[in-house]
This record gives sequence, C-alpha cells and structure tokens, in this order.
Amino acid sequence: MTGAGGAGLVRPYGDRRDDGVVQLSFVLPVPAGERAREAALRLVRAMGLEGAEVAAMERAAEGYTFFVVYGRTGAAVDWDAVQVPEVVVRKRSFDELNAAVLSQLGRRIVVLGACTGSDAHAVGIDAIMNMKGYAGDYGLERYPAFDARNLGAQVENARLARACLEAGADAVLVSQVVTQRDVHKDNARALVEELERLGARSRTLALLGGPRIDHALALALGFDAGFGPGTRPSDVANFIAAAVLRRAGKEPR
Amino acid sequence: MRLADGRLVPDLRIDAGVVARCRELGERITAPVLEFVERHTTVSIERSVLRLFGFHGASSGGVPFANLIVDELHARGLVGRGAAWWLGWALRQGARDPLQVAERIAALPRHPPPLPPAEDEALRTELRREARAAAAELRARVEARDALKAELGVGPLPHKYLIVASGNIHDDVEQGRAAAQAGADVVAVIRSTAQSLLDYVPHGATTEGYGGTYATQENFRIMREALDAESRKLGRYVHLTNYSSGLCMSEIAIAAAWERLDMLLNDAMYGILFRDINMKRTLCDQHFSRRICAFAGIAINTGEDNYITTADADEAAHTVIASHFVNESFAHRAGLPDRLIGLGHSFEIDPAREDTIARELAQALLVRTLFPGAPIKYMPPTKHKQGDIFFSHVYDAMSDVVAWLTGQHIQLLGMMTEAMHNPFLMDRYEALKTASYVYRAWRSLGGDLQLRPGGVVERRAAETLSRAVGLLEEVAEEGLFQAIGKARFGDVARAEDGGKGLEGVVPRGEDYFNPFLEILEGAV
Repeated sequence: MTGAGGAGLVRPYGDRRDDGVVQLSFVLPVPAGERAREAALRLVRAMGLEGAEVAAMERAAEGYTFFVVYGRTGAAVDWDAVQVPEVVVRKRSFDELNAAVLSQLGRRIVVLGACTGSDAHAVGIDAIMNMKGYAGDYGLERYPAFDARNLGAQVENARLARACLEAGADAVLVSQVVTQRDVHKDNARALVEELERLGARSRTLALLGGPRIDHALALALGFDAGFGPGTRPSDVANFIAAAVLRRAGKEPR
Repeated sequence: MRLADGRLVPDLRIDAGVVARCRELGERITAPVLEFVERHTTVSIERSVLRLFGFHGASSGGVPFANLIVDELHARGLVGRGAAWWLGWALRQGARDPLQVAERIAALPRHPPPLPPAEDEALRTELRREARAAAAELRARVEARDALKAELGVGPLPHKYLIVASGNIHDDVEQGRAAAQAGADVVAVIRSTAQSLLDYVPHGATTEGYGGTYATQENFRIMREALDAESRKLGRYVHLTNYSSGLCMSEIAIAAAWERLDMLLNDAMYGILFRDINMKRTLCDQHFSRRICAFAGIAINTGEDNYITTADADEAAHTVIASHFVNESFAHRAGLPDRLIGLGHSFEIDPAREDTIARELAQALLVRTLFPGAPIKYMPPTKHKQGDIFFSHVYDAMSDVVAWLTGQHIQLLGMMTEAMHNPFLMDRYEALKTASYVYRAWRSLGGDLQLRPGGVVERRAAETLSRAVGLLEEVAEEGLFQAIGKARFGDVARAEDGGKGLEGVVPRGEDYFNPFLEILEGAV
C-alpha cells in the first residue's frame, strides 16, 4: 500500500496508481523541427523519464521552441521517511484569541510589520496587517489583542530592528517578495543580525513571509517561523498569540 | 458605441449630466494644485532643464553632471532662479563643458553679486536661442520615431502589452524581440526595485538589476534600437515603454523622449500613495514631465490599477473612476491631448466571489464610455494570483474577453506565472497565443450584444459613477492635499509635508528662468 494512510513508496498519480506520469513544459533555444523534437525527448530521458512523448512543439520565436512533454518517472519517495517542520498551532477564533490574550497576558501584543530592504512590494505585508485582511480573514490591525503597526515597504533592516527595540515588540513580521538572486535571504538574515546586535532578538519573535518562503527556509535563516503562499492573517495571529503566551508561561508547550 | 478605430462595443447608458459634473469637479480639484505648481520648481525639474541642454553624462565618479550642478545651486539657495540662468552665468565665465560648468558653480560664493540688467538680458536671450536649438533637435528625433511608425504601421487594437524583467538589458532585448515575434505590440521594460526613491537617474547599461533594469538613457537606447530592427523585420511597429515615476519623473521623460520611446507610465498620484514621495514634489514633477510627454508625443499610462491592489477592487471601483477625472485634468493642463492619455484600470475583483464578470465588464465599459478618445490601458489580475498556473491562465483569459468586449486600447497580458517569478519566454508566448484566440473568436459578437436596460451591468456602472461623483465632490470641497491625507485613494493616507523629496521643492523667484518651460507651454 502507498499513500498518506500507510507505509511505502509514493509516485506521481496520473490516472492510475504508480503510473508515475508527469507533464513538463519548457523552451529550448533552437528552431522548431524534428531535430528539436528529438532534442526535447533526449532531454527528458536524461532527466530520468521513460515513455516520453512530445504533446506540443511550437515556434515561440525565432530560434526558440516551446514544448509540452509527458513522461513516466520510475522515481519514488518513502512517505514515512519524509519529515518536514510545519507551523502547527491550535487555531482560535477571532474572539477566542482576543479574549485569551487580553485575560491571560493582560496586555496587547506589539507586532511590527514591514517589507524590508529594497523590496517595494507591500502586497503581502498589507494582506496580513491591514484592518481589511485578505480573503475575508481580518488583518492583525483588526484584533484588539494586537497593537499592530505596519511600517510599509522599503524599510531598512537597521531601522526596523531599532523600531522593534523601541516599541518593545513581541513579534516582527517581515515580508519578502522580490527573490532575484536570493536577495530575500540576505535581507532576512540581515534583520536577524541587527536584532541580535541590539540584544532584542530573544524577546522578539521573528516571522518571515512571502511567495517563495516556507517554514524550513525561515528556520534556516534564523527566524522563528515562515509563512508561504495561501497564508491567512489568522494563521499568523494564532502563531504569534500562542508563542507569546507560551513565553509568558500561560500556555502549555 | 463605435470607436474611432471602427470597433463596436455595447452601448452603456450613463447620465451625461453626472459625467459633465465629474469633469467640472476634476478641473476644480486640479486648479489650486496648478497654482502651487506654477509658483514652484524642484531639483528634479532643474536637472531636467540641464539634461535638455544636453547634459546627459556623468562625472568620472558616476554622479550625473545634472546632479552635481543642481546640488551646488541648492546648497546655496539659488535654485529659485532656475538652473538655466546659472548655466548661462557659467558659460559667460568661460565654462566650455559640463565639468567646467560644475566647477564654476561649485566655486560660487554664498551670495553671488547680481549681473547688470543688460548682461542679464543678453544671458537670457542667448539661453533661449540654445533652448530653441535643443528643442528642435529633440523634435527631429521624435519625428524620426513617428516616421518609422507611419512607414511600418502598427498592429490592430487592443495593443498587446508584454513585460520583460530579467534585470539584464541584453536579456531583456532577447525577450522583447521574442515577444514581438509572437505578436506583442508594446514591450515594457520593468525597472529595478526602488529606483523611484533615487534622487538621480543612474548612468549606463544595466546588466545586473534587482527586479528589473534601471531606467537609464543607455538602456532606453539599447532596447529601442533592437525594437527598431525587429519592427522592420516584422513589418509592424513595436512600441516601447518604461517608467516616468518616482523622484526623477521629468528627467526620465527627457531620456525617453530623446531615445524615441512611445509611452511612459506616468501618474499624478502614484508616487505619493505607493512610494511615499512628498505630494508637493510629485505634483510639480508630474506637471513638467507631462509637458515633455506632450511635446514628444509620448502617451502616458496612469496607475489607477494600483489602487485596487491595496483596496478591495469591488468596493473601491469608484476611486479608480474619480482618479481618472483628476489624472485627465492634470494631463490636459500639461498640454496632453486625449489621444495621449492612457488611463489605467484593471481586472482585479476577487475570483472567489460570484458575478465578477458582470462587474468587471461594467467597470471596463464605463471607463471606455467615459473616455472615448483616450488610449485606455487594461491591466490583468495580479492581486489574487497564486501558484496554480493552470487556473491562473484561465483567469487571465477571462480578462482578455472583457478587454475585447469593452474595446480597450492597450491590454497588458497577464502571466500565468504571476506571483511566482519573472515571466518566462514561454509564459509570454502562451499569453499572446491565448489573447489572439480570444480576439479572433469574439471578433464581431461584442458589437452585436446589447445590455439589458436596468440590468446588472448598467446598474453597477451607474452605482460606480454616482459614487465617483460623490468622492469628487468631497475632494473638491476639501482639496486634493487634504483628501490624500484622508486616504481617499487606494486606502493610503499621506501627509502634505510627509514623504520623501520635499526638501527638493523650491519657490520660483521673481527672476525664475526656464526657457524650456516657455517652449513647452508655447508648443500647445
């Protein structure tokens, strides 16, 4: 048996278990033709696919050809051996969360949010922080339990770290959208270093979010949690509330 | 309604009285701002003047001559007389090249003695002559662009607008050419992250930019040259656009005019709202940059689509319309005719809701109907894009349908990989193939469709227009500066004296001298 329920190997599922079918699309910088088709087939065979078929070959531009190719992979993964850190938090409702924080902590949780470095794309941080929120899920500013301050885009790491210290921030939320040449990683590390330099790292939870961020990457960069695409403001709110209560000894580990 | 290019779009019944009122309010809102603009200049406007005189270069340290000179003037409080006057002064001191001009200016005392009136008059006459010659040279370059456009002809409408964003101008050329071959009518080169906040225009070609390439004169030249060659090969003129925004709006407009660009992203309020640039600074700079666009026949693209990436697209639809009237009035006041005012709007309502197409159609058709002579620009969904590229592609195709049915002039094609990475070559190819299919398949149906009187589209358009006029009434009442302070546009509030660049706004002296402004104002 395979799949989430039991032990064993899993492979891509096309229309039958273990058929291993995958679809690929790519461009080769060569003119379309039979030679290009053969080149595409050899490429996907070199990737380890069997039974490869070119479903589409079209001239995308002079000297560039677009392919859609199908093939079967013999590769498989051992489902039971796959262990990935995930942000796991018991989710409270909006009202529950506010009540829990205000009664158990006795104060509001201070959260600063920003898009740091040269990144000008405030869409992500706005979706999480703004009153309105995202997809019908309220943003942090709406929660009475949070004193949430959105510093906006292009905030220097040094300034953000200083602001955390001055505000006595319980958590800092960093959004990184631009990922060209891994600029997001350098930028993210720089904030953690600044917080450490100011001695504010231990009291401030550091959270990283963005379309190319996941929890494992965030941990590797020295953050406490990472949030990728599809994250709702309430996911972030619950993580912060639980972590702050835990630190205050108000919530079991 | 039949459009100027012959396309038919469904008739949308709107209240002509309300439309007239919107235009009247737009004029009332911009009038006091123009009074402010006409009493001030900015460091960027003065640098533009120097660039118009041919100061395109940079010192060996990479600092543009225009900045070196204007910084020295600003430090002495002399910008209010105009950089042109001080250029004339330096020339009379024997300066022979930009470096020598910079040296003479740097050696100025705090309070330079005035020139005798006759000499002052001679200086102005000489600089006016120089300015006329420089303007004629610029005009000749613009005419060369227009001649090529006339010779080759342009593609049918809507013009398909594609983005390149590799960060290396030479890769951008490759991708721009490929897009043109696959059917693109407009190539937009995305700018490096955060250039808006640089108070100078970088120099030279970009080969390693973040999020795009810098808007530099050299990058413009490289791309336009490549597209000229490609246009000749294809027998169809391919347009080029970039960004005249941020702290150097008008300097970029000059570089673009000189290098024969066709369009520029240029919004009266975008920098204020989304880049936190001081409003006085932006409103002065936008006016001068638009004067240059008017002179060079460059179509501006406004940025109202951005409002609904921050605010909710459905709830804030009227802010887009209200802003269009404001942007239109600012553009008219800078001498831009309707055919150069590319008002921007977009397909951004949350796809998880019901009945979104009727509401998107109402909005797009309303814009078309309100601004029949403008090359309006329709933007694809971005805000609600996620990593499922298959869904994303269908979602984009829906915006293609609305763009076609509503007779858009320019359509920015959505990328199935939006929110993932820079567009791949194949993403543009797929987008172009799909848009061509949609335009072909829907060919004459749009003109045949009639909207049901009192139906959902008509009611939605009327509601949006009525809320837009309401917002314009409020903004006219409280003034544009105060309205922006109250987050009337894009859910973003900005203070009159907040943001970046205010220190670069300078009152014009009584002896202010700007011979190019005289030419640009006279050209209308």
